[in-house]
Order: sequence, then structure tokens, then C-alpha cells
Amino acid sequence: MRDRRHAVLFWTGFAVILALLAVAPLVLPEFWRRFLTEILIWGLLAMSSDILIGYTGLVSFGHSAFFGLGMYGAAAALLATRPPSLWLALLCGLLAAAAVAAFVAYFSTRLRDIYFAITTLIFSQIFYVVIFTWTDVTGGENGLTFRRPPLAIPGLFSMPFTATSLHWFVLAVVAGSYLVLRRITQSPFGMVLQSIRENEARTRAIGYAVERYKIVAVMISGLFAGLAGVLYACQNQFAAPDFVFFLVSGEVVIYNVMGGIGTLVGPFVGAAFFLLLREGLSRFFTEFYLIPVGFIFIAMVIFMPQGVLGFARRWLNR
Amino acid sequence: MLQAILIQTVNGIVTGMILALVASGLTLIFGIMDVVNFAHGELFMLGAYVGVLTLAATGDFWLALVAATLLIALLGAAIYLTTLRPLLGRDPLTTILATFGISLVLQNYALWQFGPVARKIQEPFTGQFTLFYLSYPWYRLVIAGLSAAIIGALWLFLKFGTFGIWIRATTQDRLMAQAMGIPVPWVLTAVFAIGSGMAAASGVLFGPLVGVNHAMGLDWILKAFIVVVVGGMGSLGGSIAASIFVSLLEAYAALWVSPAQAVIVSFVVLILTLLFRPTGLFVPTVR
Repeated sequence: MRDRRHAVLFWTGFAVILALLAVAPLVLPEFWRRFLTEILIWGLLAMSSDILIGYTGLVSFGHSAFFGLGMYGAAAALLATRPPSLWLALLCGLLAAAAVAAFVAYFSTRLRDIYFAITTLIFSQIFYVVIFTWTDVTGGENGLTFRRPPLAIPGLFSMPFTATSLHWFVLAVVAGSYLVLRRITQSPFGMVLQSIRENEARTRAIGYAVERYKIVAVMISGLFAGLAGVLYACQNQFAAPDFVFFLVSGEVVIYNVMGGIGTLVGPFVGAAFFLLLREGLSRFFTEFYLIPVGFIFIAMVIFMPQGVLGFARRWLNR
Repeated sequence: MLQAILIQTVNGIVTGMILALVASGLTLIFGIMDVVNFAHGELFMLGAYVGVLTLAATGDFWLALVAATLLIALLGAAIYLTTLRPLLGRDPLTTILATFGISLVLQNYALWQFGPVARKIQEPFTGQFTLFYLSYPWYRLVIAGLSAAIIGALWLFLKFGTFGIWIRATTQDRLMAQAMGIPVPWVLTAVFAIGSGMAAASGVLFGPLVGVNHAMGLDWILKAFIVVVVGGMGSLGGSIAASIFVSLLEAYAALWVSPAQAVIVSFVVLILTLLFRPTGLFVPTVR
């Protein structure tokens, strides 16, 4: 009985927020419309890392690698084919991110806790160095620019993206990803991940192949991070090595901590909170907004380890 | 060719000694307090900046070295007391998060205060000697010697000093040490201060070789992380050996590829270490 009430509550809440986000671009001015689309994309990246940080208990400091490779994979597909195809870009971006995720997962899941965090950080720097120095293919420091593909289903229709339809496309992908990720965390597989977080030795003793579960978790997480990268490439029409740099990974961790780890919605809210904070603070502090953000972040780590949404966790994710 | 290799050997050892100085501070802090100090590179960078300012004010390099070490040690103690002490007893992962926040603040503070243009530290003496066909600056050899001396002093201090023995006792068993009357909170604060001071000293020593800028800490923290993992986390001797090993390999690689790409060599060393000896290359196998 309570479960059903929760389900009804969840789906109405989900529908209301989805409807609000869908109507928003029609009423918001240009700047805030772009801003909202960006929040959706960074929110997807934050949710993807929550699978590792919040559910499996592995703090990844290397999510920029998955995000960036998704971005460069999409860029490669958009530059190589003419006319550019959205679906091919999506496929290539996801393949690139999955390949990187498999590589990172294979090595880093041998380690735990701090060691995992450090190795993921170093792995993302490997990809950064490769992308930064391999100028012939990746454009080096300048990155790549390309044209946005049209929204098309081959044989049916094809139309160029407008700012509004791009927002709707991003919203659809992000909302779908949220439902998939939520399903994953509630599945038996997700339960095993959470039991690894709570007590790894005991999970192994029960008979679960912990390493294999961790590898799959990293790959799922990397895949959705790559999806966010593809969306970002479509939105901004360029790929730059800055997005592979570890500062992006650090920001993703900040989203998680600010919003509340292990809630999926929390990191999303954290991303929105961080971006709004940056927008507001950079009016006063120009490019040094990271100083006050850093202080707020430290304070939250010490005083509010559950994040903004932590207290509402059970209520939201039942 | 042989001569180029020999010169790169000397270069590698010099960089390796500075890296060892940075990494041993990091290892000390990790081994004793379970704190992964993400802000270590920023302490290195701030140390170099304090060196620049003191040098500009007094003109004395050695005074700058001492001033930077002491000042950053104090800053380290302040950081420990305000942000890390409240996290004592929580998951070590939270210390990574907190020190990451500190590194953001410090790095952007340096950018704000000193601007993006690199500053230069004048080396204390400019003499050179002939190493094969190159004239090689004495200063580089002096840095290597000084770094070795500082690390040696640290080792002696840990081995024979009363406070050093307290530190080692705290590492082995914090609760028992406290029961024996060792002032554990002070020991932890002092360890963080010592580690910070060592980072600052290496920043000043390394300053003359390249410019001092706000982002310089990042390269070093990454290298130090690699070295600490390759050497075996928490092992002082291991991280020193790994520093020299990794720096030598990078120096040799720089003979064929650009220095930016030579970094990949140390990444490869890390991957191989993780594959075959995840506890560290220079740690004796425990049976």
C-alpha cells in the first residue's frame, strides 16, 4: 500500500518536473535556455558518476576521460561523414567512452578507496596528455570544431536543430537515462553494488564476483558519462582537451558531494546548484569564483556530508 | 649519443631528488595520518611564491628558502587544524575531497594574487662546469644534494629524535600511543606541518629551473601520486627509489620524444606496477 503511494508520488513528481523542464525553453530568454540545457548535460554526467561514488563506494576522479572521449568520438564521426549523422555520432561517442571505460575499469578496479581515486585521476591525465599532444588527429590545444547534425530518422524525416528542439532532445535523452539508471540501482545488480559499498569482504564471502561487478559498474558509469559528452558536443559544436582535464572530474565530484551522493537526483541538483553558484559568484569574483566555491565545498564536506538532498534520500529513491 | 644519455642520467637524478622531496612529504602525511593531501602541489607552488617575494624583499636566496619552509609549515598546521582535524575518524576518502577543495582555493588565490605571468627565482650562484660537451650549472647538483640532505635529516629525525619516535609510534597504533601519553593531536599537526614545509622547500629549490606560476603544483602532485603508488603507499624508502626510477626513465624518454609526451612513460610504469605488483615496486613482498 505504502509502496504504491510512493510510486504514484514519484511518477507525478517526475512528470511535473519533466513538464516544467519541457515548457521552460518556450518562456525563458536565450541565455537561460542555454543554461538550462547545460545543466541537463552536466546533471547527466553527475548522475553517471553517482553509480560509482554513491552506489559502489568508488570515488572516481577520472570521469573527465569518459566525458571527453564521448565528446571526441562524436566529433570524429561528425567530421568524417557528410552529411553528419546524429546517430552515428552517438554510436561513435559511446563506443569511444566504452573502450576507455573498459581500459580504466580493468586496471583501477584492482584497487580500493584512495588508490582507486588516484589511479582514475592518473588515467584521465593519460588521455588528456594523449589528446593534447596528438595534434594531427585531435587538433591539440585548439580542439576540433564541427557542425551540428540534423535531427533525422533515415527515410522518415530530417530537420535541423533549433535551440528549442535541441533542448527537448537533450531533455529526452537525460530523462530516459535517469529512468534507466534508477532501474539499474534498484535491480539485483544495483543491490550487489550497494552491498559492495557497505561491506566488500562480506559480499565476496557470500559468493559474488566483486571484481566483475565493479568492472561492469565502471563501464555503465563511463557509458553514461560518454553520452553526456556526445550531448555536450552537439550543444556546443566543439571538442577541446580542457574537457578531458582532471578539473572537470573534480567538478563532477563536487556536484556529487554538494547534492548528496547515492541518490541520483542529488548529484543532478548538485550540478544545478554548482552552475548557478558559479553564475552568481562570477558576477562578483570574475574568474576567481572557485575561491568561494572551494570554501563552500570544504564546509559541506565537513558539516553536511549527506549533501543538500541527503536528508530526502529515502523519500525520493524508494 | 652516449654522452647525451649520461647527461640525461644526471638530469634525471636531479629531478628525481626534488620529486623525492615532494613525494616524501606526501608519503609521510599519508602513512601517518591516512590523509591523501591533494593540496600538496599547491603548498609546493605557494612555497615557491613565498620564495619569490622574500627574494625580492631581501635578495638572499637561503633566507627565502627558510622563510618559505617555515611560513608554509605554519599554513599547513592551520589547514590541518581548521579542515582536517574535524574529519578525523571519518572515511579517508573525505580527506581527499576536503584537500581537493583546499587546492582549488589555494590555486585560485595564487592566480588572483600573483597573476598568470610566471615569476622567476634567481639562482643563488650561477657557476657552471663542463659535463662532456655541455656546460652544466652547479646549482642543479646543489639542489640534488640539498634534497638528499633534507630527506636524510628527516630520516634521522624519525629514527632517533624523541618527536620522531613519537611520530613512528603514532603510525603504528594511534590509540596505544595516546595511552602511553604521547600528545597524538600535536604529533598529527606537526606531521602535516613538516610535510607542508618540505613541499615548500622543494618549490623554492625548483623555482630557478622553471618559472613559478599558479598551475605548477598540478604537474608535481600528479607525479608525486604516481611515485607514491609505484613506490608503495606509505613507504618512505619506496617513494624515494620510485622518484629516481621514474625521473630517470622520463629523462631517457625525452631523448626521443618531446618532454610533454615523455610523461606517458611514467603512466606506463604505473600501469605495469598495478598489473604485476599492486602493492608497489620497491616494497619487499610480504609472505
